[in-house]
Amino acid sequence: MDEIVKDFLIESSENLDRLDQELVKLESSPSSGELLASIFRTIHTIKGSCGFLGFNRLEKLAHAGESLLSQLRDGKVTLTAEITSGLLSMVDAVRQLLAVITTSGNDGNQDYTELIEHLSRLQQPGTGAGTSAAAVVGSPLNSVETASRTAIPDAVADPSKIGGVLLERGQVKEEDLASALQQQELGRKRIGEILIAQGAAKPEDVQAAQQTLESRNPDAPVETIRVGVTLLDRLMNLVGELVLARNQLLQFSSARHDVGFQAVSQRMNLIATELQEEVMKTRMQPIGNVWDKFPRTVRDLAITCGKDVRLEMEGQDTELDRTIIEAIKDPLTHLVRNCIDHGIESPEARKQAGKKSTGILKLRAFHEGGQVNIEVSDDGAGLNSDRIRKKAIERGLVSAQQAERMSDRDAYNMIFLAGFSTAEKVTNVSGRGVGMDVVKTNVAKIGGTVDIHSTPGKGTTVKIKIPLTLAIIPALMVTSGGERFAIPQVSLLELVRLEAGDGTKAIEMVHGSPVYRLRGRLLPLLYLNRELQLVDKASSAESGTNIVVVQADGREFGLVVEEITETEEIVVKPLGKQLKGISAYSGATIMGDGRAALILDILGLALRAQVISETRDTALNEKGKAKETTVRKDEGVPDRQTVLVVQVGKQGRMAIPLSLVARLEEFPASAIELAGSQEVTQYRGEIMPLIRLSQLVGEDSAAPAAGEDFRLPVVVYSEAGRRVGLVVDRIVDIADEKLVIQNPARQKGVLGSAVVQKRVTDMLDVPSVVREAIPGFADSSSARV
Amino acid sequence: MAASQQFCTFFLDGHFFGTPVPQVQEVIQYQTMTRVPLAPEVVSGLINLRGQIVSAIDLRKRLGLKDRPDGQLPMNVVVHTNEGAVSLLVDEIGDVIEVEEEMLESPPETLQGFAREVVRGVYKLSGKLLLALDIEKVVDIGDLGKPKSNREF
Repeated sequence: MDEIVKDFLIESSENLDRLDQELVKLESSPSSGELLASIFRTIHTIKGSCGFLGFNRLEKLAHAGESLLSQLRDGKVTLTAEITSGLLSMVDAVRQLLAVITTSGNDGNQDYTELIEHLSRLQQPGTGAGTSAAAVVGSPLNSVETASRTAIPDAVADPSKIGGVLLERGQVKEEDLASALQQQELGRKRIGEILIAQGAAKPEDVQAAQQTLESRNPDAPVETIRVGVTLLDRLMNLVGELVLARNQLLQFSSARHDVGFQAVSQRMNLIATELQEEVMKTRMQPIGNVWDKFPRTVRDLAITCGKDVRLEMEGQDTELDRTIIEAIKDPLTHLVRNCIDHGIESPEARKQAGKKSTGILKLRAFHEGGQVNIEVSDDGAGLNSDRIRKKAIERGLVSAQQAERMSDRDAYNMIFLAGFSTAEKVTNVSGRGVGMDVVKTNVAKIGGTVDIHSTPGKGTTVKIKIPLTLAIIPALMVTSGGERFAIPQVSLLELVRLEAGDGTKAIEMVHGSPVYRLRGRLLPLLYLNRELQLVDKASSAESGTNIVVVQADGREFGLVVEEITETEEIVVKPLGKQLKGISAYSGATIMGDGRAALILDILGLALRAQVISETRDTALNEKGKAKETTVRKDEGVPDRQTVLVVQVGKQGRMAIPLSLVARLEEFPASAIELAGSQEVTQYRGEIMPLIRLSQLVGEDSAAPAAGEDFRLPVVVYSEAGRRVGLVVDRIVDIADEKLVIQNPARQKGVLGSAVVQKRVTDMLDVPSVVREAIPGFADSSSARV
Repeated sequence: MAASQQFCTFFLDGHFFGTPVPQVQEVIQYQTMTRVPLAPEVVSGLINLRGQIVSAIDLRKRLGLKDRPDGQLPMNVVVHTNEGAVSLLVDEIGDVIEVEEEMLESPPETLQGFAREVVRGVYKLSGKLLLALDIEKVVDIGDLGKPKSNREF
């Protein structure tokens, strides 16, 4: 394809994007002459260029639009929604034609006669006075077939061109200008030169007009050039290398005591840092680049859905890396469509609800904590959590009990699950149950998170948090097995250090898997050196243990490493194909000393080690019933079991199968309240009954009565969605042993005794204890034998 | 006149190997490598080639030859491949030599192991044989992608 055609295509498609926005803006302020002039200019440029390049079809279409615009500009027709729609469909048609030209090199054979006729009909205002005026100006334009000639009358009046300025001042005659323009089309000389050559204008007038023209565009954009994206990426890589070389140089210079050398390295340091920042900036684009197409989307959608929507945007200049901008384009569009289709109510419904008939859709972007926050919010009806629960049960995504237990916020986030849609009817805009899950996956792909907040009747806000850039990320450097690894900061939750001596005590084993009790919760642990099959260095008990608490896919686990060094900004580099298959790494980076270090892929690592599918308290909660049956089957069988050993009363040692333990908690005695004669406490927004095991088994309680300043250890048991707290005196240990239960049913609520950790221990029959204390507990579970 | 080609040559456990010069990006000294745990055994580690992360493949292991004696540092022959730059670890670098296509013969039947798959042919030079490697096959370690055993270095 010709270079000139390529330029035309690039320029035109940019112009069209602007046109969309301007037309929508024009609708809200139809009297803005400036906007009209700009729209007119754009269409005129397209028309002029395609006449020159021989795209007649496109030219005719643009011409029809231009004629309508000139009527508008001259005030002969007033702008209506119909006209705006007509102009927008003309823009769409032009875009279509440009696409055809891009692929085939010519403007195809699509017939736009109807659209062109529609556009010329719109030029005829209903009032008689307007018609005649329109006819005078309009007819010569419409009657001329070959369009290159038709450019003249419009161009003559164009105040942004030198000819227009001269005309305004009466320094040139209209006929002279018209013929000069005709000559220009043929010879492509400057119009001023032609006019001077013809003697139609004085040279000094032309010069003055030129100056006026320049001063009319005081905010003309800073000069720009086009640069290929690959070149920018290459620059970015080179700067990355420069930064590494700089780091090495600095290390070198601090080791020497050469003042001159140090001064030079310092300067080099500053320059490199500044250069890095500037090059990073070249990859940054304002989020407005994506938002710019929304006014049009919103307008069209609102009309289709019969809604009244105003779009507000805040923080358009918030900058993001180019690659991220690309990645969030589709998710954002989807959210915007959803807001209009589902979020904002029809004008009538809004009035009934006592709201203004125009709904507000708000886009907001801002930087916070090294991340970019984007919010899409509407002031519509909000999400109906009950309907979501109902739908989720219908679709079999959760059980009725789970749905009941779910908080509203959890329920809202259900809409991000695949195959979920709460729309009562499927529209062609949205509601097919695909989308929100795609939004979430796409955002997660670039290391972002999505959260949804909603107030019934007030509206819904979707919050997206994404990193500024993918090329350079903050990471925590750790060592394991003598090697350095980087853990991306986004996966990081907290760091726990167990001092020497504490380590072995605090880390317990569940079914052979190590766990750590982090604030009463069991955190599965993963030894990085073992997982990566590295040499086990000094035993952790001697030097203390470092646990990096990380999250992947919403689950937490602890990564045991040898040493935690520092946080650093690292440049992410891809790994070669030979290593792509290893899910434990997401890439590599180069450290200050010039050596490579691997970046850990926390999710991949967790899946590899299967650490996040085990020993989770949520799993215990939700599968309480299933677990119960398996445990009942196991009773009395001399098999390996993991039990929680607790002290009840002064002496009593009791064991509870760990599979029945949902959580271990501690409550201050003051948190215990009375409901009737039953002791209860408030737990996770519900009232949880408490059973003092010591009283139940007929021993004196060592625990003081309620009200005193003492913390009670409580074992939380959950069955069929209901929870109960078993108050014990002390949590002793977790044991994993082969248990043989002897002397069955010596005591009520006890299955029998077994030897646990070389001591006789009573095996607690939790379900019967609970039913003894609270008759009818969770009796919906008729499945129990 | 028969077509001739320039070969970059190197030694591995006494054998003489070579690859066409246009495929070689550069030859560099031994570089400190970063080990990649869980990686296939033939991948010795990662090197930093002026800001680019390049995997280093131990050609001795790749060709099923015995391990390099302790203390002997390998050289890096960085080659272009369809999958980007890859470094091949060799014992020693030889000269760049010109070979005639007519001296090429298919690899002898006695050549065993992995070597047979990745040796494109043998050039009969005066006094010695040059084994021409098929670089694309050398770097395609699909079948060898098993994690290496848990062993100490």
